[in-house]
Amino acid sequence: MSQLDRRQFLAGAAATAAAAAVAAPAAHAQKLGGTLRFVAQADLKILDPVWTTAYITRNHAYLVYDTLFGTDEKLNVRPQMVDKHSVSKDGMKYSFTLRDGLKWHDGQAVAAEDCVESLKRWMKKDRFGRLLAAHGPKLAVADRKTFTLELGEKFGPVLEALGKPSSNVPFMMPARIAATSADEQIKEVVGSGPFRFVKDDWQPGNQVVYVKHADYVPRNEAPSGSAGGKKVNLDKVIWRYMPDAATASAALAAGEIDWWELPPIDFIAKIEQNAALATFLPDTLGTQGWLRPNHLHPPFNNKKARQALVAMMNQETYLQAAIGVPKYYRTCAGVFACGGPYASKAGAEGLAKQNLERARQLVKESGYDGRPITVVHITDISFLNAAALVTRELLTAAGFTVDLKAMDWSTGLAVRAKKDPPDKGGWNVLHTWWMAADVMHPAVHFGVSGAGPGAWFGWPEIPQLEQLITDFVRAGDQARRRALAEQVQKVALDEVAYVPWGEWTQPTAHRKSVSGILKFIAPLFWNVSIA
Amino acid sequence: MLAEILRRLVATIPVMVVVALAVFALLHVTPGDPAVIIAGDYATSDDIARIRARLGLDAPFTTQVGLWLGRVVRGDLGTSIFSGLPVSTLIGQRAATTVWLTLFAMLISVGVGVPVGVVAAWRRGSWVDRAVMMFAVSGFSMPTFWLGFILVYIFAITAGWLPVQGYQPLAAGLWPFLSHLILPAVTLSVVYMALIARMTRASMLGVLAEDYIRTAFAKGLAPRGVLIRHALKNASLPVVTIIGIGFALLIGGAVVTESVFALPGLGRLTVDAIVRRDYPVIQGVLLVVSGVYVLLNLVVDVLYVVLDPRIRY
Repeated sequence: MSQLDRRQFLAGAAATAAAAAVAAPAAHAQKLGGTLRFVAQADLKILDPVWTTAYITRNHAYLVYDTLFGTDEKLNVRPQMVDKHSVSKDGMKYSFTLRDGLKWHDGQAVAAEDCVESLKRWMKKDRFGRLLAAHGPKLAVADRKTFTLELGEKFGPVLEALGKPSSNVPFMMPARIAATSADEQIKEVVGSGPFRFVKDDWQPGNQVVYVKHADYVPRNEAPSGSAGGKKVNLDKVIWRYMPDAATASAALAAGEIDWWELPPIDFIAKIEQNAALATFLPDTLGTQGWLRPNHLHPPFNNKKARQALVAMMNQETYLQAAIGVPKYYRTCAGVFACGGPYASKAGAEGLAKQNLERARQLVKESGYDGRPITVVHITDISFLNAAALVTRELLTAAGFTVDLKAMDWSTGLAVRAKKDPPDKGGWNVLHTWWMAADVMHPAVHFGVSGAGPGAWFGWPEIPQLEQLITDFVRAGDQARRRALAEQVQKVALDEVAYVPWGEWTQPTAHRKSVSGILKFIAPLFWNVSIA
Repeated sequence: MLAEILRRLVATIPVMVVVALAVFALLHVTPGDPAVIIAGDYATSDDIARIRARLGLDAPFTTQVGLWLGRVVRGDLGTSIFSGLPVSTLIGQRAATTVWLTLFAMLISVGVGVPVGVVAAWRRGSWVDRAVMMFAVSGFSMPTFWLGFILVYIFAITAGWLPVQGYQPLAAGLWPFLSHLILPAVTLSVVYMALIARMTRASMLGVLAEDYIRTAFAKGLAPRGVLIRHALKNASLPVVTIIGIGFALLIGGAVVTESVFALPGLGRLTVDAIVRRDYPVIQGVLLVVSGVYVLLNLVVDVLYVVLDPRIRY
């Protein structure tokens, strides 16, 4: 079957190339063809973008799969696989009609049934999807290219959910694959996206190979983010995994690779000195750092002790220690990404200005008994290592006794899932990070969930937050949503669901022979060409 | 001799069983949980428990080890928890790189280390001897990753003669294959070159003081013949031992070299699997590598007999 696919692919590619040659070649400003060698941020081990939230899997999926809606670089949701869509006046029934010519990589036509099954699976895993599922949506196939979504209860941001840009993205898969349980990993990688995954060439820990999907029909629009026309200029994309930054840097300088997704900030100055290389900021919204207290155990099951964490916060200190280069970081007193549509200063006065005196006062008022605070200290991720060390200093200055528990990231993942008391293997404080796209608004933001046992690790139980998030997704207009998001922020910071310690951006680096890289939260390979 | 080899081969079975049990036990007392890594960021405790159950990680230790050993006996090393690929496939994808790297490194180590050690012993106390000893001490002292980056800087970035990283199979052509192995193999070999040079020198010094060597020289034999045919052969037992140990150490040492040169070898497969707690991969790779170690020891023992017919088992 794979041979037949390859033949079909080659025949299609030849036909496309011939058609392009007969048509006006001058219409293409960019060079067509070639192989792009790309060093990815991590090793691609999991191929199912619904089964995992790992960013590397999401990035892989953007090549292979397509989405009903995309998000452009101004964060507007725009149709992608969808040709036409409509919504009833009461906002309870949506209808979606697919574009003509959409094909899976196995040659079959994309059908409405495929999208229905894909959405059902996604709604079982994703936070936004689960919120949508809680509002009783009924998905039904109307005809081969059309399906409907009828809500049981009001849910405003349906299109935002379907066009959400970060994990878990609702990628479309053939119905037979989407029928896989959401708890099981899919066994086949068949998408309808602009590139095809070459399974035989996949070597976990080394390389991933994608080739152009010759049958892909892009929208006749300029590309922007994951929206617009996904016109592919490359024949092949090879992802390499290079765990050592110095090796990747040398390989980029020597021309053995063309694009390095995430060079450490320390390497940027050297890269910028090389006339053959360039850097680029694909995601200006960046990443947000978190300090998360465990709400289950003393002292942070006490609101005043948690509020001491806000009072002690000095984002500049964290960012200096963790990121180091001022042009790549910024303080941001708020829980929603600064620069995003829901950024606000509501209730964030305490976060904006450090007040150690008040922190000490709050610690006393909390009745803190001097027991050691267990801080999860991740040592193999440089910015988390630095953040933990700053936290130790600030906690000590606020009057806490601190016990730093050093461990690697994998061990940290296991520790953070433990609900046991800190003296029995649990924890009091941990640090993590999220891309801005994942902290953009209450429906995607794990940190503002107050669902107790169902909330993100740290398990804050704040029913008011849950009610506000429900109100947010039921709100019909943007002004109301903004007001509710402000309320969410006020409550989240007052109850100290978590404490943000600033935002930073991450440049990407490439050889100047590479052009057309799009601004987006994930590396995109359409529109890219190589000289 | 054949009977002895067969007996030793059979004796490797309990060794392998003990190794397998030790690896399994060690992994399961190591902190970390693949279910948590798989579950992702928004998993509830129930989600994690469900994944653990699906992976069989919630079963009693004895059940888990029993199932695993049962599969191993049938030649099934299991499936990666993350990629879903068979462990044997993953090992197959990586084995060639590590085998070639190790063989090249050993070839360089022996090809340089033994002659240099012989010459140093023959010219004991001379500047040649001192130079060899200085080289040996330097070779021991240089961190592998540091040497790797220095070689990359000189020969790949500055001179542009060799590639910075990566691996090309022999099928891609002889020069692409060799050019991708030269720097990693040299990097990996330096420590063992130094070790073999020192060991050869020490062993040769002992033999060169023997009466029969003096007799050989007195008979008017050429120095090359005395050194190689009479002295080196008798001095080779400790050298063969160290080469055998060196092979084993090279496989371990390849972890750093493979990372520096982005080579898809068994070392990196193991490290990646450990970082993610991909138990079936770690267990499979360690079992295979342990088997190779045991076989290497057997080969060294057989070589003893070949080199010194007086030895009997």
